[in-house]
Amino acid sequence: MTPLHEIADRFAAEAPAADYWTLRLVAEESDRLAVRQGVAEPSALSFGAGAMVTLVVDGGVGYGATSDLSPAGLRAAAEQARRHAALHARHGLFDARLYPRSALQADYRSETAEPWHALAIADKLALLHDACRALEIDARIVDSVAWLEYEHIEQWLVTSDGGRIAQTLERVAPGVAAVANAGSQTQRRRGGGFDECRQGGLERLHAARLVEDARRVAEEALALLAAPECPTGVMDLVLMPSQMILQIHESIGHPLELDRILGDERNYAGTSFVTPEMFGRYRYGSTLLNVTCDPTVSGELASGVADDEGTPAERVHLIRDGILERPLGGRLSQARAGRAGVACARASGWDRPPIDRMTNINLEPGDSALADLIAGVERGVLMDTNRSWSIDDSRNKFQFGCELGRLIEDGELGRLVRNPGYRGISAGFWRSLDGVGGPATREVRGVHNCGKGEPNQAVAVGHATPPCRFRGVQVFGGGE
Amino acid sequence: MNQDDFFALADDLAAARRGNEQLFCWLDGEDSDFVRLNGNRVRQAGHVRRRALHLTLIDGERQVEGDGELAGSPAVDRDRSRELLARLRDRLPHVPADPFLHVSTDPSASDRAVGESGPPTEIAIETLLAAAEGLDLVGIWASGAIRQGLVSSYGHRHWHQSQSFHLDWSAYLERDKAVKASYAGLTWEPEQLTRTVAEQRAQLALIARPPRDLAPGRYRAYLAPAAVEELLGLLAWRGFDLKSHRTSQTPLLRLVRGERAFAPAITLTEEFGRGLMPGFTAEGFVTPASVPLIEAGRYAQCLVDARDGREYGVPVNAAGGAPESLAMAAGEIADEAILTRLDTGLYIGNLWYSNWSDPNDCRLTGMTRFACFWVADGEIVAPIPVMRFDDSLYHLLGERFEGLTQRREQRLAADTYGGRSTASALLPGLLVGGIDLTL
Repeated sequence: MTPLHEIADRFAAEAPAADYWTLRLVAEESDRLAVRQGVAEPSALSFGAGAMVTLVVDGGVGYGATSDLSPAGLRAAAEQARRHAALHARHGLFDARLYPRSALQADYRSETAEPWHALAIADKLALLHDACRALEIDARIVDSVAWLEYEHIEQWLVTSDGGRIAQTLERVAPGVAAVANAGSQTQRRRGGGFDECRQGGLERLHAARLVEDARRVAEEALALLAAPECPTGVMDLVLMPSQMILQIHESIGHPLELDRILGDERNYAGTSFVTPEMFGRYRYGSTLLNVTCDPTVSGELASGVADDEGTPAERVHLIRDGILERPLGGRLSQARAGRAGVACARASGWDRPPIDRMTNINLEPGDSALADLIAGVERGVLMDTNRSWSIDDSRNKFQFGCELGRLIEDGELGRLVRNPGYRGISAGFWRSLDGVGGPATREVRGVHNCGKGEPNQAVAVGHATPPCRFRGVQVFGGGE
Repeated sequence: MNQDDFFALADDLAAARRGNEQLFCWLDGEDSDFVRLNGNRVRQAGHVRRRALHLTLIDGERQVEGDGELAGSPAVDRDRSRELLARLRDRLPHVPADPFLHVSTDPSASDRAVGESGPPTEIAIETLLAAAEGLDLVGIWASGAIRQGLVSSYGHRHWHQSQSFHLDWSAYLERDKAVKASYAGLTWEPEQLTRTVAEQRAQLALIARPPRDLAPGRYRAYLAPAAVEELLGLLAWRGFDLKSHRTSQTPLLRLVRGERAFAPAITLTEEFGRGLMPGFTAEGFVTPASVPLIEAGRYAQCLVDARDGREYGVPVNAAGGAPESLAMAAGEIADEAILTRLDTGLYIGNLWYSNWSDPNDCRLTGMTRFACFWVADGEIVAPIPVMRFDDSLYHLLGERFEGLTQRREQRLAADTYGGRSTASALLPGLLVGGIDLTL
């Protein structure tokens, strides 16, 4: 395939007549290997490339996306953009002159210590076989799977103002899962770094220690079968980073998205309980709550040098000492709302336009050790690894379920409990935060599939967080 | 890319096979207009032209799968697809024999085209904006052609094309008070759109009434078809696929084991023949017209894709494990009797963001959303604020089940992750003696 920068140069040389244009070129390569119950699943390779042309012209803005990267294909995409810009000019929600312009020139490349191709396919499969075998420690393990995924994304954003931003992301994502069953009770446990997804190369696979972790995963799945149900009642809660990432994602990240506050998402992903007048004064959480949007963390999933509108990315506080400071809104949303935001206009691929998204939304460490968090609980539950999430369209009333719970009694970690869950209301929940793990307890994780937008888009989002303690939470277990 | 171009491309690839190689070529393409709306104005408008090629290269007991994007230009696509084939050929010797490799070796052919050219996007949008003048309307218009094709070296030649539109929107009164509607199909009838917007205005008047606050607890409830769709949409996640059943991961495990049952009126069927999905799978199997999943409250059959079929020795009856053309049998409640039968309780227009609380007991949670009302003595009294439910389908479709409506709604999926969905569901409304609200 013709290199993306050459396609960009060719397009710029014959650029369509417009007040402003951008061309976003994306080439994606992925590979997926998996072994399930001792059998290698079909290896799945993917090679995709396409482009989105955006035009600001005659008082409107529109886009055209195509997998035809020839000059004729991009001209046709530009004509589609022009057609839709005309519709926007007649009926647009905002003045097209608000569309952000970029002259930024910048490059970004994921840091990788060991390239994906350094290990032969046969060796990768052998490792997955070993991990799968390590899961199968008992006849009650009814399903076992080990997987390894690779993603390489090269993106160029060029603009009529001379903007030229090249970003190359590499991600390697391993994982294992064991399913245990006895009668009508089934328990699933995952590990092997499945929610510790980061940018990088094969070093991510080595860090996951798949085979070593597989036995723990299987043992915990079996132990959960025999564990009592999580108790029901109002009690204290210690959330491990593997659950904190979803708590942050759903009840801080999403409600702070400026396009929700502006109403764009009301038909699908929803609105927000956060309103414009809250910024700068609203107490979102206790004074221990500090949240940043930080695309500068090395290796975190959404780290990069700029967003898809060409705005330079930088570390910004969203919540400081519990007070709400700033929304997650790219420059177009900022212009529409008349409010400062962050560089977070992102698209899931060449065939979707940028919208306000989370990048890396991190809860900053406090100063407690995990043992201190536990020691401060008279009666409560520690919950680990998200398995279920649900929240209302204003991102307020939430309910989460976790794979594993442990009772805490008189400051001591006790026995395992199964099907642990808790529910609450965002607006009050974060004010019950009274313990935050220190820097040594902070973990960099993320989610691969944050869904939003019309047309729908799924993107990868980073979350770094320590474990945290909350007081007086409604906790429950399983059963009808 | 039209049918002839795809078949020619696939034939060219088939000619490039070596030795005993076999090849399956799948095309997934769309030409879609997308127009986002907010405040009854255009928020974001554009067009997506996508042609994804999926290849499965087989040699003996080994197989490798690969995806690539096509340009739509025969010369370019010939090079791109041959390059993809070469990459798969490079990979093939490095993967082990696959004991669950399963493709149809029986040649078959089909050619189906549904729908007609809809209105130009500009006309559709202007019709909606005019009908909704004065409303705070937010949503999406999606329209255009969707094409799927399959050609294999065993002689499969299938083509499925649909031309459809989908307008999915909400009209907001304030904050989270809104009424949702959709108008989707194959034939554009602007009068129907205008009628739907007028009905929405009437519902907005109900939403404008002072809300009635609810305490957590159990309430009688009527769930409109859109709310039933949300419940069954979650059940589709591992509920019916054979692999989940054989590994005890299905949330219907206790139903399958005979420990629990749904009410005898509950019958669920995957109706391939009714839906907009292609009638063939990527492995060349032709899907049956229908598959009974739940019959008279009891587990009937699973959906079996090619791989699971080989592993467990069961005939293939689906492209995947999740229903995509689900139908629920109708009941006996006439539309005009819904509120009378409910008497006093909740009218739940939509549910949202469901997930499992405890799949072992088919217990799920989610939120009410959009038009939901408190009903007293058979009359709508007031809207309710969004509430969280947490309950088991063994209760809602079992001992607390009271009835289904005679009329069923055809629900076309508005999903566009990875492309415009062709999934649909045909569902009645559901009356239950109680649903547990928790927050």
